[in-house]
Amino acid sequence: MKFTSLLASAAMALGLATGAVAEDKTKVGFVYVGPVGDGGWTYEHDKGRQAVEKHFGDKVETVYVESVPEGPDAERVMTQMALEGADLIFTTSFGYMDPTINVAKKFPNVKFEHATGYKTAPNVSVYSARFYEGRAVQGTIAGRMTKSNIIGYIGSYPIPEVIRGINSAYIHAKKVNPDVQFKIVWAYTWFDPAKEADAAKVLIEQGADVILQHTDSTAPQAAAQEAGNVITFGQASDMSEYAPLPRVSSIIDNWAPYYIARTQAVMDGTWESVNTWHGIKEGMVEIGEISEAVPADVKAEALALKDAIASGEYHPFTGPLNKQDGSPWLAEGEVADDGTLAGMNFYVEGLEGEIPQ
Amino acid sequence: MNLGEINPILLIASLMVAATPLLLAAIGELVVEKAGVLNLGVEGMMIVGAISGFAISVETGSPWLGFVAAAMGGALLSLLFVLLTQFALANQVASGLALTLFGLGLSALLGQSYVGIKPPSMGDIHIPVLSDLPVIGPILFQHDPILYVGIALTAGVWAMLKYTRAGLILRAVGENHDAAHALGYKVVRIRVLALLFGGACAGLGGAYISLIRVPQWTEGMTAGVGWIALALVVFASWKPWRTLLGAYLFGGITVLQLNLQAAGVAIPVEYLAMSPYIITILVLVILSADKSRAPASLGRIFHASH
Repeated sequence: MKFTSLLASAAMALGLATGAVAEDKTKVGFVYVGPVGDGGWTYEHDKGRQAVEKHFGDKVETVYVESVPEGPDAERVMTQMALEGADLIFTTSFGYMDPTINVAKKFPNVKFEHATGYKTAPNVSVYSARFYEGRAVQGTIAGRMTKSNIIGYIGSYPIPEVIRGINSAYIHAKKVNPDVQFKIVWAYTWFDPAKEADAAKVLIEQGADVILQHTDSTAPQAAAQEAGNVITFGQASDMSEYAPLPRVSSIIDNWAPYYIARTQAVMDGTWESVNTWHGIKEGMVEIGEISEAVPADVKAEALALKDAIASGEYHPFTGPLNKQDGSPWLAEGEVADDGTLAGMNFYVEGLEGEIPQ
Repeated sequence: MNLGEINPILLIASLMVAATPLLLAAIGELVVEKAGVLNLGVEGMMIVGAISGFAISVETGSPWLGFVAAAMGGALLSLLFVLLTQFALANQVASGLALTLFGLGLSALLGQSYVGIKPPSMGDIHIPVLSDLPVIGPILFQHDPILYVGIALTAGVWAMLKYTRAGLILRAVGENHDAAHALGYKVVRIRVLALLFGGACAGLGGAYISLIRVPQWTEGMTAGVGWIALALVVFASWKPWRTLLGAYLFGGITVLQLNLQAAGVAIPVEYLAMSPYIITILVLVILSADKSRAPASLGRIFHASH
């Protein structure tokens, strides 16, 4: 009893002390699911963090913890950050959703921003990027480039964000190549280079000559390079070190403008809980340089699609579209609403296999 | 679903590749634990081995030198553990955990400039006649040399522990270090040698991932293989051949379940994803019904004055 109260008061004193010191500086915390050097997802978030430091200079202090497992340990890390006086905390993986909400309840004065989730609170915002717009461009290139008509897809976890990507890529590959078939493998990890490489090798052994990945490391790129005659796309980051082959293009997540804007909002006291979902138009999703390995007409087609999405003239989920079981989803010309997209838990017609529940 | 899309020859060949890092690390840890020391730093030694091997092979262009450097790197890191536990008599569990954390950080630092580089390829061996045999050739005789080193190490460790005087002394130290000391054996010296061997093996396992299995350098790329190796040693009842069986089962089912997924087999993916862990544990637990137990002095601190 005595010991715990001692600890509590020590923690409070510590919190007060750091709070006092950090008063003139806005402290921004980041929780990462992988190492900052993964070359993909976490690497881009950390570039966003560095942009915040560069933009605000002395007025801001940033801290980050990398390779935090999605689960109870994430709560510990967030609590620690809040106790150390963070004013704003970005939690950058889907699996941090419930931990973020739990910790946010305990620290009503700290602002939280959770990436790719859907649960908000007065002090919790959610933000994500419309990666499916980039997947539409990838699907088009993949459908045109495949010779075996088998496209391998490495999924991480069966969550709406990943399923949206699979659907979007499939719809657009099928549109340009009706014979295309998707082989989907779930790795059940965001970051495990050896396992990601194994998954890529398995898909290649089973005939895939295009590999799309929704995991964080560059390992599938290395595996494809080793195999030869296989094309890949950079995921989350440009992964240009694997260009021009196997990497022929990429989806780049650009978080920096959002991170800077939200930090500014905290400084100005104008921060509010929002639900942000930006795409190619706002620049949160970028399409990396399409390499010379792609024929000029395919490149032009992909860029035209990108421009149509950016201008709002085309939506990647436009009817007529059926669900996997053949039941109608979107009528001719109808566009999917954000609510359905955010909670997407079904495959579109033509995809094989079941989504793990 | 189409099982015909799975090529059994490629499957067996790639399961051996998937199992090798695990086998190398586990065989090293087995010797360490047989000597009565619990080193939880396997993951740390593996990742340091992965970057030392990667860096040296990129700089020199020789994968062989890379593997030598990886073994040295792993052994060098284990020296830190030696210093803490054998001379400063620190707690082995805490020191091992510290070693892993230190190794992960150190490797990230060393690896800064090696991201996105392709290492020189080691190439597979080619034995005339044998490698050209149908079916058996591609499965058994067309791998990289390090894969065979893993199998040879298993055989060597087994023979050493079972048939040689050195093996008997090592086991004696692990079972009862006070008695071994009373008989005049240098307990600390023997344990230091075992730890260095364990570190070298873990380093080789790490480099196998960064130079052959993936091949690239990424921070934290061992992603928990070291911990699986630790568990494997226990489930294999500290027996070399069972460790090999466990590693091949684990690696094999990992690759097999990915194949089944890609072929669209109608087994729920959740079950497939957990199958490597469950089947490996199940098989090894059933095998260990013969009451084999841990070395009696495992994890205990030795000081000659006791």
